[in-house]
Amino acid sequence: MTARASFAPSPRQQAWRRFTNRVMAVVLLACALTVMAPLFLVLYYLVREGATSLDWSFFTQLPKPTGEPGGGMANAIAGTLTLLAMAAAIGVPFGIMGGVYLAEYGSERANDWIRFTADVLNGVPSIVWGMVVYALLVVPFKTFSAYAGGVALGLMMVPLVMRTTEEVLVLVPQGYREAALALGIARWRIIVVIVMRTALKGIVTGVLVALARVAGETAPLLFTALGNNFWSHRLSEPIAALPLQIFSYAISPYDDWHRQAWAGALVLMALILIVNVTVRVLSRERRFT
Amino acid sequence: MADRIQPNPLIPPAAALPAAAAASSREPPAEVAFDIADLSLWYGSRQALYEVTIQLPARRVTAIIGPSGCGKSTFLRALNRMHELTPGTRMTGRLRLFGQDLYSPGVDPTHVRRRVGMVFQKSNPFPTMSIAENVLAGLRLNGVRDPALLRERLEQALRMAALWDEVKDVLGRPGVSLSGGQQQRVCIARALAIEPEIVLMDEPCSALDPIATAKIEELIRDLRTRYTVIIVTHNMQQAARVSDRTAFFYLGRLVEVDETRTIFMKPANPQTEAYVSGRFG
Repeated sequence: MTARASFAPSPRQQAWRRFTNRVMAVVLLACALTVMAPLFLVLYYLVREGATSLDWSFFTQLPKPTGEPGGGMANAIAGTLTLLAMAAAIGVPFGIMGGVYLAEYGSERANDWIRFTADVLNGVPSIVWGMVVYALLVVPFKTFSAYAGGVALGLMMVPLVMRTTEEVLVLVPQGYREAALALGIARWRIIVVIVMRTALKGIVTGVLVALARVAGETAPLLFTALGNNFWSHRLSEPIAALPLQIFSYAISPYDDWHRQAWAGALVLMALILIVNVTVRVLSRERRFT
Repeated sequence: MADRIQPNPLIPPAAALPAAAAASSREPPAEVAFDIADLSLWYGSRQALYEVTIQLPARRVTAIIGPSGCGKSTFLRALNRMHELTPGTRMTGRLRLFGQDLYSPGVDPTHVRRRVGMVFQKSNPFPTMSIAENVLAGLRLNGVRDPALLRERLEQALRMAALWDEVKDVLGRPGVSLSGGQQQRVCIARALAIEPEIVLMDEPCSALDPIATAKIEELIRDLRTRYTVIIVTHNMQQAARVSDRTAFFYLGRLVEVDETRTIFMKPANPQTEAYVSGRFG
């Protein structure tokens, strides 16, 4: 009895425990809020600074020459969408097919190397991608171009899409593959019609996440797409992009341009938020069994 | 499972034996579907099957029983070359289906699996497909396009799986919206729709409740008129109820195979007797 009773905390100890419990809960909550705070700060400032400069002409007009008020970023918005389309044209097929190889075909040893390479590539600083593509595409063709920018962003997407595709394909239960094999269906058909179809939402999610990731990249575009104050009529010409335009306006000495940079940042952020919300909705419904 | 010990309820009174078991012994010896000699199989360095020699008759139900890990599922998967999906497997011996060597170099495992269908332990209708699409998946993905033929096979397969009346008005609903027992019957219909010669079943009822189990057992007995059925089961009562012949596997070896009635009433091998009377396993 006495030996047991010694384990029971005294009223004072109990009070102390309740106190520390409450303090720690508050500290942890504060940490969690600190994580969320920057997002709200970013959104708050973007809306406060950018919303006033957002008008119809921002979406429809070209940048005005220095000193002239008004103008917009229509070319940069179109440029970013063009670059993303080109990046997707490279990143999606290579990434998805690479992911299918990893999940369905590759040997253990080959896969280890491929995964390791992809993970290293995911960690390569984006400015390095820009320099590599500069050396590969800009120097030989003697011009900055939309192609170069699209390739730089596309190459960044490949390892991202590949790894997420692999992950969602591996999540598809083996039972579906076996059931399909037992029906005498060819392997490639099973992969396309059963496995990839089952994991489709996950694959789309992965592609969107990768697109959102590269949509805001500035560094790989600095010496590839370069930026352009006018419409680009050919993909072999330099092309404007929102992050580039924001960058050059933000470091300019003009207040008017600063306001436009804020507006551009707001548009870019809204674009990425939309993609992220889409991803949330898609991945919430992802269930396999 | 204490009630298994004595008296042995696994030995049904002669009158209660499935009519089929009694009937089959009167019929002339059946045509051989699978003719298997010296089948040995390894997973890496671990040997799972030891020189199994057995003949499985056509248009009969053969049950394969034995304790966990005795190689019965491995044996079943060797019959349609599904074991090849596991990396590092190696097989020796001879396996003929109606005289054709299934493992000769020119034989495509995909073709083997069209002839030898399979139903799995866990029902696995394709989650992105409706009931109808599930049943027709094997045909469509093998290139059958004719809508009239597809419609005919759909009804035929679902009727054979004793599911038509339950689902005929909801064929467009997702396959996974059905109950567990119905899902398993969708999988059976899916296997039957490609009209295989053989249907392999790997513990098809182990995840089902007794009512769903009874339905599937009845269905298995009906399938015998057209198909050769080979069923792996943990449940000896089930083997006794549905099969014409029973093979007992232990530690990767075929111990005994005979008419189901004989296996359960007077097996030749003492190990078989010990197993079917519940003394081990």
